[in-house]
Amino acid sequence: MTRVTPADRARFVPAEMVSLDCVSQATQHDSPRAAGADTDWEGVRLHVVSGKGGTGKTTVAAALALALAHGGQRTLLVEVEGRQGLAQLFETAELPYEERKIAVAPGGGEVYALAIDPEEALLDYLDMFYHLGRTGKGLKKLGAIDFATTIAPGLRDVLLTGKACEAVRRRVKGVWAYDAVVMDAPPTGRISRFLNVNTEVAGLAKFGPIHSQAEAVMRVLRSPETAVHLVTLLEEMPVQETVDGVAELTGTGLPVGGVVVNMARPPLHADDETDTGRALNAELLEAGLRAARVRPTKALVAALLKEAEEHAGRIVLETQERATVRGLGLPMYELPLLADGVDLGGLYRLADALREQGVA
Amino acid sequence: MTGVRRGAERAADRTTDRSPAGGPALEVDPLIDDPDTRIVVCCGSGGVGKTTTAAALALRAAERGRDVVVLTIDPARRLAQSMGLTELDNTPRKVPGVDRTKGGSLHAMMLDMKRTFDEIVEQHADPERARQILENPFYQSLSSSFAGTQEYMAMEKLGQLHGGGSWDLIVVDTPPSRSALDFLDAPQRLGSFLDGRLIRILSAPAKVGGRGALKFLSAGVGLMTGALSKVVGTHLLKDIQTFVAALDTTFGGFRKRADATYKLLQANGTAFLVVAAPEKDALREAAYFVERLDAESMPLAGLVLNRVHETRAAQLSAERSAAAAETLIELAYDQEEGADEPAEDGPSAEDLRLVAGLLTLHAERLRMIGREERVRTRFTSIHPDVPVVEVPALPGDVHDLEGLRAIGQHLA
Repeated sequence: MTRVTPADRARFVPAEMVSLDCVSQATQHDSPRAAGADTDWEGVRLHVVSGKGGTGKTTVAAALALALAHGGQRTLLVEVEGRQGLAQLFETAELPYEERKIAVAPGGGEVYALAIDPEEALLDYLDMFYHLGRTGKGLKKLGAIDFATTIAPGLRDVLLTGKACEAVRRRVKGVWAYDAVVMDAPPTGRISRFLNVNTEVAGLAKFGPIHSQAEAVMRVLRSPETAVHLVTLLEEMPVQETVDGVAELTGTGLPVGGVVVNMARPPLHADDETDTGRALNAELLEAGLRAARVRPTKALVAALLKEAEEHAGRIVLETQERATVRGLGLPMYELPLLADGVDLGGLYRLADALREQGVA
Repeated sequence: MTGVRRGAERAADRTTDRSPAGGPALEVDPLIDDPDTRIVVCCGSGGVGKTTTAAALALRAAERGRDVVVLTIDPARRLAQSMGLTELDNTPRKVPGVDRTKGGSLHAMMLDMKRTFDEIVEQHADPERARQILENPFYQSLSSSFAGTQEYMAMEKLGQLHGGGSWDLIVVDTPPSRSALDFLDAPQRLGSFLDGRLIRILSAPAKVGGRGALKFLSAGVGLMTGALSKVVGTHLLKDIQTFVAALDTTFGGFRKRADATYKLLQANGTAFLVVAAPEKDALREAAYFVERLDAESMPLAGLVLNRVHETRAAQLSAERSAAAAETLIELAYDQEEGADEPAEDGPSAEDLRLVAGLLTLHAERLRMIGREERVRTRFTSIHPDVPVVEVPALPGDVHDLEGLRAIGQHLA
């Protein structure tokens, strides 16, 4: 009895490993890693993660925060859309408006999480900068807080980005409070507007404290300390939205980071992206099934061939879309589709995959 | 509710050997054929295929004889092109290539939210005032960037299309927000702000202190406006005040408009389709939405579950398939190492690996199907009365009428 070699395993058995295998080859070409630098994003302290709805940007943001915390770093994961997606992901109770430790990374790192509530953030601000403790409550009664956080164009977004930037700039006893801040940001379609809101507000409010606050936030967002990463699937619409998003971010002068391809599928032949199993025919399949002591009924053979064909079609499409993403010339990372869905264990695997590809 | 029948017999004649995990089956044909159905709203969280579902449904209704308009919010470029939508101009365009033998027709339009807002202003204000409003920086910002404007304008447009009376059936796609609930909440938020107390104070800050109606506020109001101007800056406050003043005198009743459209959504003849993918998050959003519709007595037709994976080879279980794959890899290894001679015209090591790859793939697919079934069962246990229809995951994207027809078939 012979054993399965590690090489066999990497090529065939766990699908995740197969695709990571192809990816690490891809990364060697795509990685911007400078000689001497340890990771692709040395010096970046605010990672903004966006992506089309349904691409898994919350998952990727969380995996990135874990990856960046690896080896004794402290990261903050920020949620801005109030859906408690992070709590769900980390399988904890709802997150309050408070930075709290949510996970530990291998090697002693820590991930903190914060669900920013615009109303609380505003009252914080009013109190911090204007000492409007009591008036703040009066404003709330009047609907002014509602106004500011939900209606006033952009103010809500100013508060959200402002709070994240505050965490980026915060120092405790002379050292950064967090080594990196990762934001689970609004979707690609709204990201430029969201991040650029401070420019707009700085233009609307031409003087005064809001003006200076907005300017300060914009300085962080436009600096090389920030990178906006986009998550996509290898499907037409998300890729198109990614291409549009990159153009829009660039046009707005915001620093584009990398593209994370999520839920990628491994080709049937790991070492060749284009051979998608078309060579498979009924006869061969029957022989193979027999060799594995599975009875090759007609129905089973037909059904499996259909699955192979569907997969092949999908790989062809994915290959096309992957080429489009590559054409952007940005650092590119690939994460596998986890058939069982993303649980806490899956999240750590994705974080490892990101690290292996040089993200952190 | 129209068009819903218990689906045991339908479940039985499925082409796949997967049985739906409980709940009645949703059929859209009786729904769209019913002349009393006038509005169908497709809602759900972002990225679940709302736009495609709306377009497929509209096309099917048109080809079954209805005069349909579909209001899309943010269609994929190629899907838009296939429906003859080349520009975002707020005008319903006739969709070419629709089978009209049953006397129906299909028009499609893309929502331009700023344009819709501008139109409301232009319709309700004299030209000079309209110009003032349109040029106001606060208005420009509100009309193009406020997160709820898109939802408000989608509802507004729906109200217009309905009020115009030229459509037999209106199918609406909803904006791509994270939460499906935004579509219901944002318009009221905007409406109540524009008609609210705060805005009245903002619009007449000088008079406030002396007014009887607002007297109970007077003690704090001076302080409030002072605080507001301190925070937002006098310049912005002035822009807001000018905007509000112009708005107030020309067309009050924003909230009234929002309320009227909201009522339309509760009326007979409106049906909601909640769209989701078999993912935890999407189904959780769908569940919130179903509960909310119920609370608002809004008519729910059912749940459309997109991108469901299927197999016809369920007889080969995930475990068995994975084990068989390992066996084949071992055999291939033995052959390569010369431990076993390959049988005469038996499969080569390479062939064995190929079949092993396919078996691994099949095992993965079954695992995925298992997960999808679990999340679906979770939903149907909590909401056993909600009819469900599944649309299988397609290998490619849909960007022509043929693809939309295929989806329509699955919905039927």
